Amino acid sequence: MTMKSYLLGAAVAVAAGLPLLPVGASAADGIYVPLFSYRTGPFAGSGTPIVNGMADYLNMLNERDGGIGGVKLIVEECETGYDTKKGLECYEQVKSKNPVLTNPYSTGITLPLIGKAAIDKIPVLSMAYGLSASADGSNFPWVFNPPATYWDGASMFVSYVGKQEGGLDKLKGKKLGLVYLDAPYGKEPIPVLEALAKDYGFELKLYPVPAAEMQNQSSQWLNIRRDRPDWIYLQGFGAMNPTAVKEAAKNSYPMDHLIGNWWAGGDDDARPAGADAKGYLSLDFNQVGTDFPVIQDILKHVVDKGKSQTPKEKVGENLYNRGVLNSMIIAEGIRNAQKLSGKKVIDGTDMRRGLETLVISAARLKEMGADGFAAPMAVTCADHSGHNAAYMAKWDGTKWTKGSDWIEPIKAKVMPLIDEASKAYATANAGWPKRSEACDAK
Amino acid sequence: MDILYKAFIDPFMQMGAAPDLFVQTLWDGLVAGVLYSLIALGFVLIFKASGVFNFAQGIMVVFAALTLVGLHEKGVPAYLALAITIGIMFLLAVGVEKLMLRPLVNQPDIILFMATFGLTYFLIGFGELIFGGDPKVMIATQLGLPRGAIDFKFAGGFVSLQKIDIAATIIASIMVASLAIFFQKTRIGRALRAVADSHKAALSVGISLEQIWVIVWFAAGLVALATGIMWGARSEVSFALEIIALKALPVLILGGFTSIPGAIAGGVIIGVGEKIGEFYWGPLLGSGIETWLAYVIALVFLLFRPQGLFGEKIIERI
Amino acid sequence: MLYREAGQFKSSYTADMAVFPILQDRIGLGIVLFIAVVIIPYFGSSFLIQAIMIPFLIFSLASIGLNLLTGYTGLLSLGTGAFMGVGAYACYKLTTYFPGVNIIVWILASGFFSAAVGVVFGLPSLRIKGFYLAVATLAAQFFLSWCFIRQPWFYNYNTSGAIEVPTRALFGIPVTGATSSFTTRYFVVLGIVIVMTWLASNLVHGRIGRMWMAVRDMDLAAELIGIRLLQTKLLAFAISSFYSGVAGALLVFMWYGSAEPSVFDVNLSFFILFMVIIGGLGSLTGSFFGAALIFILPIVLRYIPPKLGIPIQSATVDHIQYMVIGALIVIFLIAEPAGLARLWQIGKQKLRVWPFPY
Repeated sequence: MTMKSYLLGAAVAVAAGLPLLPVGASAADGIYVPLFSYRTGPFAGSGTPIVNGMADYLNMLNERDGGIGGVKLIVEECETGYDTKKGLECYEQVKSKNPVLTNPYSTGITLPLIGKAAIDKIPVLSMAYGLSASADGSNFPWVFNPPATYWDGASMFVSYVGKQEGGLDKLKGKKLGLVYLDAPYGKEPIPVLEALAKDYGFELKLYPVPAAEMQNQSSQWLNIRRDRPDWIYLQGFGAMNPTAVKEAAKNSYPMDHLIGNWWAGGDDDARPAGADAKGYLSLDFNQVGTDFPVIQDILKHVVDKGKSQTPKEKVGENLYNRGVLNSMIIAEGIRNAQKLSGKKVIDGTDMRRGLETLVISAARLKEMGADGFAAPMAVTCADHSGHNAAYMAKWDGTKWTKGSDWIEPIKAKVMPLIDEASKAYATANAGWPKRSEACDAK
Repeated sequence: MDILYKAFIDPFMQMGAAPDLFVQTLWDGLVAGVLYSLIALGFVLIFKASGVFNFAQGIMVVFAALTLVGLHEKGVPAYLALAITIGIMFLLAVGVEKLMLRPLVNQPDIILFMATFGLTYFLIGFGELIFGGDPKVMIATQLGLPRGAIDFKFAGGFVSLQKIDIAATIIASIMVASLAIFFQKTRIGRALRAVADSHKAALSVGISLEQIWVIVWFAAGLVALATGIMWGARSEVSFALEIIALKALPVLILGGFTSIPGAIAGGVIIGVGEKIGEFYWGPLLGSGIETWLAYVIALVFLLFRPQGLFGEKIIERI
Repeated sequence: MLYREAGQFKSSYTADMAVFPILQDRIGLGIVLFIAVVIIPYFGSSFLIQAIMIPFLIFSLASIGLNLLTGYTGLLSLGTGAFMGVGAYACYKLTTYFPGVNIIVWILASGFFSAAVGVVFGLPSLRIKGFYLAVATLAAQFFLSWCFIRQPWFYNYNTSGAIEVPTRALFGIPVTGATSSFTTRYFVVLGIVIVMTWLASNLVHGRIGRMWMAVRDMDLAAELIGIRLLQTKLLAFAISSFYSGVAGALLVFMWYGSAEPSVFDVNLSFFILFMVIIGGLGSLTGSFFGAALIFILPIVLRYIPPKLGIPIQSATVDHIQYMVIGALIVIFLIAEPAGLARLWQIGKQKLRVWPFPY
């Protein structure tokens, strides 16, 4: 035998001698909650803290309360690497295990799942991402995007700027810039900003950053230097954010006029620029830090017992806490569903009803050990997002702090746009099923 | 007419109206170009000596930067981390030569090309396994790289030169110059050129191919490390940096796969060309044209010189 | 033992030159087809069909397309992803403009658009060769990707910037969209792949295929014996892009159901090129092997640790998977640079003379 045939034998053995079909935990004895994660790939910086927070909260419920309503949660991660191919594979893999919902965590994966959700009876919870139009529950009964959509976010940006300028009417003649990742995710706020520009008379300047140029943005920032927009909204992601913040500092753009959306507000987004980024603002709908009983419980029951993948010092970071909030929504949805259906072990159909009647009031937040952690939120049959408030987080040079009060979205402008877009979606996708699911009373 | 005006007159009017922005664009293009040529240089070194189109150069950039930062995070002092990283790049070169190149000697180019894809995958997995996939901050200040900017008043505006960019340009120039001297003046350099001309002839006069290959892969590793430090300092160290390596490909075809001066000239032409193009003509076409402008510039040059600007003339015989 | 051709006599030239001259090969092909057409749809799970078989067939078709160009004609291309994108977007535009027309007609027709674009970007191949050409085709890749992102006409000014597949029925059965059953989609994909593979096989065994191979082996010499380089190379680009285009349309309409432009980025081009090289340049069977190895192996690798009961984090599995695939690529190349198709041939040859060494 030559070396060649050894190698060959080894390779063939690995390739061929494998079980062809996947197996996994069976979901009969618990509630199966799959988490799509992206701890690898170019966006891992955002994906890792989010999924850490999500998993830690659910595991904490298991450790502290023995699950929800006495039923253990089976938490399983499926790695997507932010790649649509792998995401769909994950979906097919979890589908047979009776998942209560999916968290696709990528616009590219969310879009195909929106169509599948109604057929497979598995709700999609895209927490403040995905398709803004899917907030219309009458057309998308299976898709949920609380607490707010990208369109709400963009309108909050305008509303905040208006307040700083001394009233929305003062926006006339101002220049507002949008620096965005040139992909469906980044383009989301454009329709709303365009509509608001028309209404309030400001000028909207667009600065697309191609995905391949995420870390090479000098052209965009030269354009910004030329146009001198008064305020900039940053709808960026992954490596694009720290580069943009650094470029802003480099071009001595006033940091407190640069406002990131909620996916541009990770600790890793501002940290590379460090002190130079002091004053950088980012929309946020969850509080930062560990001063909440719920985070303390996570530390006590999960992290300190070594049952988590999170390094202790990263607990309480912005995106980690966002993951926790996401899991709180899941948990509340499950609780609701158990109440509505009277079952202990629920399935996707029950979960849809649970999410549709979701109310997390201030009192309930306090009960959950998260007083003031997020704005109270409510989802209804017709409104699957709730269009809830967010606030500005401010980078103080080393960490995120609270930089403003809760800001309400300009609902009067956003809602009609959502209706319109949702109708357009249904017409474009001929044969889009009409809502047949009944609404539950709260 | 309007479109003709926008295409042929308006951009030049803008250049005249705001000369400070024009100079700034030129400078940004120049810096980007120099950094592209650093990546391209890594490709050229390996292609010259072993005929391998090394797709893994991009991931080597990430891997080198990640090792450096990762070691520092684990408490190793900055300069020691730098030294260890250089050592690791050497081990990588030895490993590549022993495990990949030697068994594949004399295979068609495309097979070697494919093998470097294998290497890319391996390094992605290995790097993430050891150092994790989350982005890290480049330890630029700890390595003594300058921060801040020098602002010039110029024609009613200002031109801002980042110190790190100036440092990058200087370091790149030093690396190119020393590589050029190394190739021209030393014994190993002459051997390298002999190998580049013909493997077989070089072997027959007693030059060790293995040794040469280790040296070029190591040199490419060093270039990758320098590139990683510079790009990392401009944004952050993460696996997204790998995408930047694709920008080196038009530089390569423009400059020629085998020419070191070509990589430099190509980088500068592409860097300046795409920034000027994006800044002045981009809005006309709907922005974001720099993703493909570089390739089109290169393609136009190629149609006239199929071997690239500085490449060796391709002689075909039957 | 079983695989022996003793006693099989050919009495005509045609029989001797058949693609599968040996009876056992024809039986084997029959069995494979039987499994694909009958066994898998009836006994396969939804996971097997939706997450493995449909994408596997689509990628096989794309790599057959690239193999015609790179493997048979010797023109290295890194633009496959974009050509697939042209197919997908063409199909999307066609079916939204003419919703009444049979979707399968549009899927096949979108190949022509892709072919036309392929010809345009194939023009430089006359002057540029080797890796220079490969990088030149990247111009196509990046330019077309840019079009899909920046030119809203391509996605019908959709606010999400992505394309969504509408439901289209054939004889009352939904074929595309979320309501279509995966078995229907599987049959459509399988049918198209079988027919197009059969066409490709006829093509490469005929005059055109020989012309391509002559150009691959040495284009100057081919020109001297009277092959027109321009037409031959452009024909290769056209047909290859046609295959890619159809594969791209299938990818979105039969599998994803909705696609962002980034689906057709340069990584897809590399992905298909891996399949072609690992499978074997210049082999249609190899294209299937390559697609299986590059696409299915990672999926299988993911399920080894849970199957063995090793508690590993999903991310770690992913890291190790990358390392294993990287190492396997190198190992396969060292073991057999001509690809899996060559291994398959060697295996068959061994069987033929077994138990004797030769």
